[in-house]
Amino acid sequence: MNNEPENYLSEHSVRSWLLTTDHKRIGILYLLSILVYFAVAAVAAALMRLTLLNPTGDLVLPETYNKLFTLHGVLMVWFFLIPSIPAVLGNFVIPMMIGARDVAFPKLNLLSWYLFNIGGLCVLYAVVVGGVDTGWTFYTPYSTTYANGHVVTMIMGVFIAGFGSILTGLNFIVTIHKMRAPGLTWFRLPLFIWSLYSTSLILVLATPVLAITLLAIAVERLWGVGIFDPNLGGDPVLFQHMFWFYSHPAVYIMILPGMGVISEVIPCFSRKRIFGYHFVAFSSIAIAVVGFSVWGHHMFVSSQSVYAAMVFSVLSFIVAVPSAIKVFNWTATLYKGSISYDTPMLYAFGFIGLFTIGGLTGLFLASIAVDVHLHDTYFVVAHFHYIMVGGMVLSFMGGLHYWWPKITGRMYPEIMGRIAALVTFIGFNLTFFPQFLLGYLGQPRRYHAYPPEFQVFHVLSTAGASILGIGYLMPLLYFVWSLKYGQRAPANPWKATGLEWQTPSPPPSENFHETPIVTEEPYDYHPEADELPPEPQHA
Amino acid sequence: MPEPAIAHAHQFESAEQQRDADTLGMWTFLATEVLFFGGLIMCYTFGRFSYPQAFEAASHHLYVGYGGPNTAILLCSSFTMALAVRSAQLGRRKALVGFLIATILFGLGFLVVKGFEYHTDYVEQLVPRWRFHWEGADAGHAELFFWLYFVLTGLHAIHVTIGVGLLTVVAILGWRGRITAENHMTAEITGLYWHFVDIVWVFLFPLLYLIGHR
Repeated sequence: MNNEPENYLSEHSVRSWLLTTDHKRIGILYLLSILVYFAVAAVAAALMRLTLLNPTGDLVLPETYNKLFTLHGVLMVWFFLIPSIPAVLGNFVIPMMIGARDVAFPKLNLLSWYLFNIGGLCVLYAVVVGGVDTGWTFYTPYSTTYANGHVVTMIMGVFIAGFGSILTGLNFIVTIHKMRAPGLTWFRLPLFIWSLYSTSLILVLATPVLAITLLAIAVERLWGVGIFDPNLGGDPVLFQHMFWFYSHPAVYIMILPGMGVISEVIPCFSRKRIFGYHFVAFSSIAIAVVGFSVWGHHMFVSSQSVYAAMVFSVLSFIVAVPSAIKVFNWTATLYKGSISYDTPMLYAFGFIGLFTIGGLTGLFLASIAVDVHLHDTYFVVAHFHYIMVGGMVLSFMGGLHYWWPKITGRMYPEIMGRIAALVTFIGFNLTFFPQFLLGYLGQPRRYHAYPPEFQVFHVLSTAGASILGIGYLMPLLYFVWSLKYGQRAPANPWKATGLEWQTPSPPPSENFHETPIVTEEPYDYHPEADELPPEPQHA
Repeated sequence: MPEPAIAHAHQFESAEQQRDADTLGMWTFLATEVLFFGGLIMCYTFGRFSYPQAFEAASHHLYVGYGGPNTAILLCSSFTMALAVRSAQLGRRKALVGFLIATILFGLGFLVVKGFEYHTDYVEQLVPRWRFHWEGADAGHAELFFWLYFVLTGLHAIHVTIGVGLLTVVAILGWRGRITAENHMTAEITGLYWHFVDIVWVFLFPLLYLIGHR
């Protein structure tokens, strides 16, 4: 790198990384840390899938199985999915997309990363010293009264990491409001910014409720006093209300950023202006707002009144509308586009299909009567994995490939990228589609053993998981390979619009040599122009 | 065009942009805090709605003689805080430091009174789990009330303590002349935080102390 012009990677000391306030470096720190948590959680999933190969489930002890799915859930939700696109890609590209030198509060940004990892270490510590078997939802009264293990340590981990998310959300909100380049009005913003803005609203408004709920569990568990214990006049269902008041909006934290990535990738690789910009932008806000009032659909069988259940059911149908608006607009964007099948686009196609399946099966679960049958079965597991993995992980991978040249200054190997995208897609479907059938046939989730007639679906699912694992390992290998051997990336390898592509790859520490001035709408792509020889550049 | 020399951090274009960002940042943080206390007040509402008699009886064991004066103390502290911010805007260094010290003293006064009150609660056996003895009916729900009382006022007291710490830092900065009429945001956003802590108490006082007082 010695011959390269100064960029944000120029300094090499460990100290320069651990004390950095550069949003780009913090994004990379997040990338490395979530990879570790993802790896641990993926190993837990692999062990579960192996246990389930056999109906008697005797690879690990039943308690160990419970600890594995708890670990998998806690790490994947709070330490991989929630920070994945916001804290890695968001941190890296938001300031560049809006033409800023950094986020509004760079030191706070670094503090978020430290809080996140202190929380992560608490969780890993809880696992090493004995584990927790409550499930990631920490339902009372099991978590407060009966569970053995290190529930409080794990809860404290999530609590601390939660403050990291709150500060990230706060930073993004202020950055997007106050740091935009001259001329970059709200309706000239890339849709990635709109979706991250909506995500940040949820982070800031929902996470504190989770914090207080977890704190109440810890107090109840440590000192035997509390609001969730019927013996003390409390109510365990109150816990479910408070938990899902956070955790349902939190699933939108885990999908809105993915939608943002897709809104960038689809116009770029179909060379078309996005269809219905305003609708896509406002549908993000609508999801964030309506998403706060649908939590009761997790509680149709938890003694909720029928009238409340009906209201929550209707609201859950309504929250599907803005998601559908996005899917229709992405599809309409493709129409008459000049489509190319580069890796990010393959992931985006995968996203649209899988997210649609995940979303529509969500409507099954939002229907009260159907939910009574499907509640707590593998159908639910399959549904949310179609959103979380089929949606968020695929869009994270798509975004990572899309911005990889910008982040590292190197191209990844395109052919390998396309193969990995296909392998991931196939492996994912083979893993989770059988689980819809399992759930419909009545297999409850979270059991290590099951009736022998279900075995064929579990074997298919485990086979799919091993293919999915290869789909994850391939990018890991060729991304590392590309750091040294990849082709050097130009400033704008995709001929994309957007300010982040107007600065060298990798970007200089201050992002832009001169503050850019924006005079145009976003996504100024022309499918016909692409097939003509390039016009001479005007000054 | 180089700006006249008002310092601002490198990521901002101007001191004005930095001021706007700082203010919005603090407001956003306060929104988080509202939801943080909101979760607990939701728990309180659940208890109060389910067990009105027990909560009323329990509330009568709290002393308005502590809570009332403490409310007055915090309201006064908000007043001196507002004067401190005004002094900062006008660049009056001594007035700024004086009003900040007054605010700090009010804050400490609040904590001292709160400490005496907790002691009284302890003596009267109103501390759930450790030392709780209830003569009347429905001891369990009364205990729930006191659990909420201690968690709510305890979290609030932590916020007051943090506020006193922040005010001390601002007072030292002010004394060293680091807060000027052009560059007074530190004082202003600390003021926002302090007013928020005050407002939380304004909600807690009637919710906890004044049930059934007519």
